[in-house]
Amino acid sequence: MENEKRKTVIELDNVRRDFKVGSETVHALRGVSFKIHEGEFVTIMGTSGSGKSTLLNQLGCLDTPTSGEYYLDGISVRTMSKSQRARLRNRKIGFVFQNYNLLAKTTAVENVELPLMYNSEYNAKQRREAAVKALEAVGLANRLDHKSNQMSGGQMQRVAIARALVNNPAVILADEATGNLDTRTSFEVLVLFQKLYAEGRTIIFVTHNPEIAQYSSRNIVLRDGKIREDTMNRNILSAAEALAQLPLPQDD
Amino acid sequence: MNFTNLIKVALNAIANNKFRSFLSMLGIIIGVAAVIIMMAIGQGSKESVRANISQMGTNIIMVRPGADMRGGVRQDPSAMQTLKVEDYKSIQDEAKFITYVSPEVSSSGQCIYGANNTSTSIYGESTDYLSIKQWTVEDGSMFTDEDIKKSAKVCVIGKTVVDELFPNGADPIGKTIRFKSIPFRVIGVLKSKGYNSFGMDQDNLIIAPYTTVMKRIQAQTYLSNINCSAITEEMTEEAIAELTSILRANHKLKDDADDDFTIHSQQEMMETMTSTMDTITIILVVAAAFSLLVAGIGIMNIMLVSVTERTKEIGLRMSVGARSIDISNQFLIESIMISITGGVLGVCVGYVGTMVCSGLFHLPTSIPMWSIVVSFIVCTIIGVGFGYFPARKAAMMDPIEAIRYE
Repeated sequence: MENEKRKTVIELDNVRRDFKVGSETVHALRGVSFKIHEGEFVTIMGTSGSGKSTLLNQLGCLDTPTSGEYYLDGISVRTMSKSQRARLRNRKIGFVFQNYNLLAKTTAVENVELPLMYNSEYNAKQRREAAVKALEAVGLANRLDHKSNQMSGGQMQRVAIARALVNNPAVILADEATGNLDTRTSFEVLVLFQKLYAEGRTIIFVTHNPEIAQYSSRNIVLRDGKIREDTMNRNILSAAEALAQLPLPQDD
Repeated sequence: MNFTNLIKVALNAIANNKFRSFLSMLGIIIGVAAVIIMMAIGQGSKESVRANISQMGTNIIMVRPGADMRGGVRQDPSAMQTLKVEDYKSIQDEAKFITYVSPEVSSSGQCIYGANNTSTSIYGESTDYLSIKQWTVEDGSMFTDEDIKKSAKVCVIGKTVVDELFPNGADPIGKTIRFKSIPFRVIGVLKSKGYNSFGMDQDNLIIAPYTTVMKRIQAQTYLSNINCSAITEEMTEEAIAELTSILRANHKLKDDADDDFTIHSQQEMMETMTSTMDTITIILVVAAAFSLLVAGIGIMNIMLVSVTERTKEIGLRMSVGARSIDISNQFLIESIMISITGGVLGVCVGYVGTMVCSGLFHLPTSIPMWSIVVSFIVCTIIGVGFGYFPARKAAMMDPIEAIRYE
């Protein structure tokens, strides 16, 4: 495959995750293995109960595998302590959540600065510059000092994407990032993700919406804690074209 | 997260919840203000008692007849007659640590001049008395040793007596007043001293030669007590020991016999008084300190609510790289800032309250510097102590659950 030449960002090797619920053990992940290379736009799909969320928590270093190995950017995560993982998230991962998760009563630029607050290599000035740059990249240069409650859903999600970009992460993890948005705004956000993909960023987009897979470069389908399908998408649709074909809203 | 960022985040959180933060501060404000006001009143009263007593002379030693039987059974009246003029003479001749000594015989009664009369006390003293008490004669002069030798019927009177007997401002010097129908010629007026800290009018008295009072008024051969002054305040102990040995020798007491007299020093009295004031201050401050404790619990309560309410924020911060320590520091700093801000405001309110107290109730007050320092330390301790549990609760959260909390 063409990707083999590229750098491996994520490598899962037979990852299992068991949960104890009362006296029973639930196997949420039953040996998942795959590699994701730099510059891929991967959708991970599955119904609820498929192990999708558990896999996302593993990829986001919020949790560690019961067995198996997970390498993020070449670093083994399984044996890391809580605070080591916090540091790793801070430097290597950008999260985008379904419900944006912006700080209330806080401006866009301050929200975007948040990850850098936990990085001592940035001072206040560098932090601000990086945040402004990230907001420009998502097309919100004119909304820097708007507070989170003064913005629309689409704008809030773009602020969240800017926040995920600000630390220049190895991978952007989006969890149902269009789940709370209407069709039109969803496509606007997808356009943004495709733009980031075109710039060479690695994106993992977890969703239950099969439509989105058509706009990504690769699709992994989970069922019952195992990978059921892992297909390359040779014919990536353009979200921008899809957006243009949408009927115009009645009023804006 | 570095310290500046922590402060910034804490300030934002407080600013986003102004009213709630103010309410939790209120407890601290009231507590600190109460502690400061109580301390100021305690300290002020103590200082005023001290000033009053030292005005009376800190090196005064009083010898009284009878054994020290405070709170005990009533003693044989003869036990109150143990101090004689000879004791006074020996102290005068032998004591090295005593500068001044004055025997005292006193009596209370009516004093008359013309149509005016007043109830007062007469003190028979030696010429040293004014030096012991550090009093001065304002008009005229003190009686002399010669007057004492002759048991002359002369006297020096206090301002209150002057005001009562000579209400129209006549000059009392040279006039003859009658105390219990014995005529005394006024030769001097004492400088006014006002009330002492026990509320006693120090100007309502007549001083006359002790020989005169003994013979003409009381017809007694013993002394009511003997007042002395030690050469310095520091020498009080030595002076007391010396007095004891002179008096024991004079009274021919056997080695195993108890003293038939009691010696008190002004210093001792001052210590008793100030320690009483200290006790009262401690009781007041402890009562006020309890309100600080309650305030601390209030802060903890608010912080716990705040942590639960901000679960999602905590989850987000953890996802973007905050470690447990960052989260717990954030909430600790927030509670410390609430309690210290409360402390600063409390000191201001306490200062104003102290002024109001001394203005309205004429209480002597003095804010000790250390009470402000202590308030700050206590506030910080409250902030850390009562902020610790909520901060820990926040830090222990699982980011996976916290971020999905609704």
